[in-house]
Amino acid sequence: MLTRRTEFSGRVFQFLTGLACLIILLMVVLILGNIYIHGHGHLSWKFLSAAPEEGMTAGGIFPAIYGTVLLVILMTVAVVPVGVMVAIYLHEYSSKTSLFYKATRLAVSNLAGVPSIVFGLFGVGFFIKFVGGNVDRLFYGGKLVYGQPAILWAALTLAVLTLPVVILTTEDTLRSIPNELREASLALGATKAQTILRMVLPQALTGIMTGGILAVSRGAGEVAPILFTGAAYFLPELPTKLNSQFMELGYHIYVLSTQSPDVEATRPILYSTVFVLLALTFLLNLVAILIRSQMRARLRRTA
Amino acid sequence: MNTQNPANPSNQVLNRDSFFASNLRSAHLKDFLFGKLIQLNAIAAIAIVFLIFIYVGKEALPVFYSAEAKKEASLDNLFTRQNYGTEDMPLSFVWQPVSEVPKYSVLPLFLGSLKVTLIALFFASPLAIAAAIYTAEFSSYKVREIVKPIVELLAGIPSVVLGFLALMVMATWLQDLFHFDYRLNAINAGLALGIAIIPIIYTISEDALTAVPRSYREASLALGVSPWKTAWSVVLPAATPGIFAALVLGFGRAIGETMIVLMASGNAAITSLSFTDSVRTLSATIAAELGEVVNGSPHYSVLFLLGAMLFVVTFILNMLGEAFVGRLKRKMMGT
Repeated sequence: MLTRRTEFSGRVFQFLTGLACLIILLMVVLILGNIYIHGHGHLSWKFLSAAPEEGMTAGGIFPAIYGTVLLVILMTVAVVPVGVMVAIYLHEYSSKTSLFYKATRLAVSNLAGVPSIVFGLFGVGFFIKFVGGNVDRLFYGGKLVYGQPAILWAALTLAVLTLPVVILTTEDTLRSIPNELREASLALGATKAQTILRMVLPQALTGIMTGGILAVSRGAGEVAPILFTGAAYFLPELPTKLNSQFMELGYHIYVLSTQSPDVEATRPILYSTVFVLLALTFLLNLVAILIRSQMRARLRRTA
Repeated sequence: MNTQNPANPSNQVLNRDSFFASNLRSAHLKDFLFGKLIQLNAIAAIAIVFLIFIYVGKEALPVFYSAEAKKEASLDNLFTRQNYGTEDMPLSFVWQPVSEVPKYSVLPLFLGSLKVTLIALFFASPLAIAAAIYTAEFSSYKVREIVKPIVELLAGIPSVVLGFLALMVMATWLQDLFHFDYRLNAINAGLALGIAIIPIIYTISEDALTAVPRSYREASLALGVSPWKTAWSVVLPAATPGIFAALVLGFGRAIGETMIVLMASGNAAITSLSFTDSVRTLSATIAAELGEVVNGSPHYSVLFLLGAMLFVVTFILNMLGEAFVGRLKRKMMGT
């Protein structure tokens, strides 16, 4: 009797956990399905390559795509070198028991948990007001050049936000490189710097690329940090200088869906913009996942 | 005749030696500089966390000393019940920074953040933890290889997209189902936020469950305990610190999330405990108002103060989460 009851409740327990899995999968299918169904119809080459017209109710989203791409390129240039070097410190240089190692580790894990809107405030307080303001004072005689929202500051803010992504992925890669390689190089008399630059980093290249791609996919989707650091609702011209403002896909979605005078008219455009943003981030994620699985396969073969 | 200058070869050797020596010296110099460069970057990583706190805090400081800010937004105004009107009116908490008499009570915002976050946690954690138990304990390898990438996919959906769907689609569904007074309310935003934190809770819980050594399960099964009972009363208790970490970090993620609540919550700063009212959270307030405030005004400083508070809260939650993860690790290593 008792065993039958536990048998039954066991079945129920197992069923419920499986159900939870199924619900999560269904939610993802529902989200992606909804966006695909409503979003793919309006897509066309013209939509991707034209500027918005008639108060965003017609035309395309090219300036937003251009701004997003430029933004993430600037961000990548800033974040990858720093992230890789911090990862090299954590894995190749530090002693795991030193206070400095623990402090760096703590800083990285906390950085990953800082809310994105706080990064936005940091961008305003540090990059725009402190760095930009001082650059203007020192080099431009107080004229407002860099002390205002700009694509450079937005990119640097995003670089700070995505730093943990690059550090953690690079560290994983460094961990996967066998120690024998380092020992062989050191035994031949190479210095530590030579070993890292000529043995370790070439081996880690694909992993570092994965980190960069993941950072880009994360950065391309973040809106809160760029709200006040450079994104603009509508600009007639594409950004050409480091201190230009820019249009961005995520910001475009936010403004279009909350401040549009005619929601029904913009709905198809809005859905297609969401579709483009999702396609962009997913494509990047997919590339990262593929590179990683290939790397793992290679690792298994050599091991 | 082959007359060799005896000095010549040794001279060459000497030259070669000094050549190697100088090369070696420069290699060591480069090595030294490279090491310093690496260390500098690690210092930068630590410095950034401090810089965030300092530069967000710096813009908030006028709240504490500027005369103008003290008049409008003193700490009393921020945190205690205020009288905004005639003598006999009841005291109230009001957030209404743009008005004749600016009102800066942060309580409605705290309440809003808390309400939305709690709904998100109550929705997301049972689902995510149950799904983690399923994939870690019961599922076949194949199912696991399908579920995990899909959860990763969910994690990769930008929050502005989830906010958009909550605003345009989910709010309408919920409205049709439950006939709320407000179309955009705490439940709508909370559910969308829940979807956003499912991946983090799932991933950390799953890691915790798989970190439990196989021998625990084998011992239990060998004693004739059924698989579900093993999962429930052996594996789950062993993984508890990790599950706590998942909840704490999920909470931290939810309270700081901005775009979803900004788009889906209705953004009305109402001091109420009802989950069907519109709410305005701390993060959404900053996002909605910072664009329009005068640089350096009391309102501006108060918004930065809210940001600093968010930073401190999430920082503490992160440390707590890390501590739980650390405890799990020590426990699993059997020390």
